[in-house]
Amino acid sequence: MSSSVIDPAVIPRMRARPRASLQDWLPRIVLAPSFAVILVFVYGFILWTVWLSFTHSRMMPVYALTGFDSYARLFAQPSWWMALKNIAIFGVLYVVICIALGLTLAILLDQKIRIEGVLRPIYLYPMAVSFIVTGTAWKWFLNPGTGLEKTMHDWGWTSFQFDWLVNADMAIYTIVIAGVWQATGFCMAMFLAGLRGIDGEILKAAQIDGASTYATYRRIVIPALRPVFLSAFIVLTHMAIKSYDLVIALTGGGPGNATELPSTFMYSYTFTRNQMSVGAASAVIMLMTVAAIIVPYLYSELRERRQ
Amino acid sequence: MFKKMLLGAAMVGAALIGLQPAARAAESVEVLHWWTSGGEAAGLAVLKKTLGDQGVEWKDAPVAGGGGSGAMTTLKARMTAGNPPSASQMLGFAIQDWADAGALADLTPIATANHWDTAIPKAIQKFATFDGKWIAAPVNVHSTNWIWVSKAAMDKIGGPAPTTYDELIALMDKAKAAGIIPLAQGGQAWQEATLFDSIVLTTGGPGLYQKALIDLDPAALASPEMHTAFTRLAKIASYADKNFPGRDWNLATAMVIKGDALLQVMGDWAKGEFINAKKVPGTDFLCFRFPGTQGTVTFNADQFVFFKHGSSPLDAGSTKMATDIESPAFQSAFNVIKGSAPARTDVSDAAFDACGKKGMADLKEAVAKGTLLGSSAQGYGVPPAIQNAMADVITKEFEGQITADQAFAEFPKAIAAAK
Repeated sequence: MSSSVIDPAVIPRMRARPRASLQDWLPRIVLAPSFAVILVFVYGFILWTVWLSFTHSRMMPVYALTGFDSYARLFAQPSWWMALKNIAIFGVLYVVICIALGLTLAILLDQKIRIEGVLRPIYLYPMAVSFIVTGTAWKWFLNPGTGLEKTMHDWGWTSFQFDWLVNADMAIYTIVIAGVWQATGFCMAMFLAGLRGIDGEILKAAQIDGASTYATYRRIVIPALRPVFLSAFIVLTHMAIKSYDLVIALTGGGPGNATELPSTFMYSYTFTRNQMSVGAASAVIMLMTVAAIIVPYLYSELRERRQ
Repeated sequence: MFKKMLLGAAMVGAALIGLQPAARAAESVEVLHWWTSGGEAAGLAVLKKTLGDQGVEWKDAPVAGGGGSGAMTTLKARMTAGNPPSASQMLGFAIQDWADAGALADLTPIATANHWDTAIPKAIQKFATFDGKWIAAPVNVHSTNWIWVSKAAMDKIGGPAPTTYDELIALMDKAKAAGIIPLAQGGQAWQEATLFDSIVLTTGGPGLYQKALIDLDPAALASPEMHTAFTRLAKIASYADKNFPGRDWNLATAMVIKGDALLQVMGDWAKGEFINAKKVPGTDFLCFRFPGTQGTVTFNADQFVFFKHGSSPLDAGSTKMATDIESPAFQSAFNVIKGSAPARTDVSDAAFDACGKKGMADLKEAVAKGTLLGSSAQGYGVPPAIQNAMADVITKEFEGQITADQAFAEFPKAIAAAK
């Protein structure tokens, strides 16, 4: 065979060059398709949406620019103001309650209790259910004619009343309830992972120094969980802002427009009301809002960590 | 390198797109529609079979979702990609918008050969023609100013059939006293807007309806009759049970079918639910025009449009489909199942039930009197942006977020903001 003729000392040198360049290139080659796809379908379409928001597009996209007219129309819509008010209520309550409950559950589960392996998946399970299922199940449960209220009446407690779902002033809170039910377990899992990552030696040292359990958690554990708070905050914020299916399944935006959110507003104006430019403008405002919250937070957190 | 990859992807994509017209060569029609539930699907099956007998293959492209919003989104995407289906179900102003965009095929030769001009009411032609050319084939005429009454509940309270608004209120009061839910209402904006159409009609007659809800005349919108209409809307809302928000229309119909509720105000598609539940008009349920609107018909007509494919003329399959849609035999067979009236007024009513016969007779009467009016709630009165702006205000009042006075004041503003 001809290979036997080659001086063995040459072989490594021959292989080394192509291998080095392949090793250089492999990650890029593997990442290239997803990079290209993200470039076009995320950032490309963001730019496209921004462009459309400055046009008079109605049913189909048109590209002639007409300035800030769509934004003026957007902020003249009472439903848009309703949507902004609702996302403020929903977003704040959803994020705060999920984090508070998730952290509490995680701390309780972290007390080395016996059946943790059984309890953890029970709390985590709702995350495996799609928002449509969550919404529909809670719709049945919260509807006074089919769910909780009717059951209580059937059991003889006829003065019981829980009509938030059909009450325009309270309906937005039913969305908070359903959303929190779904995401709390996930938060708990994140915090639990964070708690398990804390060095036991530090806790022992604190114990020896005579720190109370409360002080240990407040001074040591919770500050150590800071990166987890960051992750939970980012995940929950974007989930709150893109909540669409939950609202559609639970209330359909009603009663009236009492549970309109920016996401449902954007969809209906873009696709069913033939006011594409107003829909695009609302999408841009949503993007800017998310960016305004998350970018400074990310920036400060990541910069601190690097130091 | 990226450039090369993109180029490669583009070439593969172009090759795939290029293949599609070849697959179309055999006689076939690809039809985009949202008729996926019970009676609707059964009606469409009639058309499939008719075409199948003529050797035209039916390629189904259903996109479920009431009102067709999902289907219309799909259509926009396919249009933008340059790959429209042969035909699509379509409603109201969307037809005109697509015709304006130059996407629809001209059906005039087929229409002339089959006398569509004389058979189809002028009010519907307004939507099915563009620039003097036929661009859509109307399948049916749904009318929306109906009330559907449970015979059992009616017998129990012993009320006469109401013919005026006041009699309707008196009847609902009787039902309330007898412990029956007077009004089975679905709590979605379009259902409440459908009810409001009828209230305006009974309050101010076809004249006010035309001026306020179709022409959007500011004087008519600010008239005392409109104020009365909003007051009546709040009054009627008080007869619904408290669990109505979010309820689907067919669940409200089920309340009437079971006799839990006295009546529902809904388009004639509600009849399909009664028929599916093996109920017989006249013995199990009754159909009346909304009290005070006899002689006027507010309509919503399903139509099919055909798309241009390049500069080639309408293909044989599509031609056959358009011809079949307007054949009296299909019009009768389809509408008996769907619950609507045929779009052609020269079709025999022999195969229809009592409510169907009444619907067809009312339609003829309205055509003769010029009181066949597009339903604003259903997108046959005003373009979608305004239709939904109106529904926003109506639903807010109906579900208790604002008062009748506030709704009356907000209504013209909402319309102006959507224009």
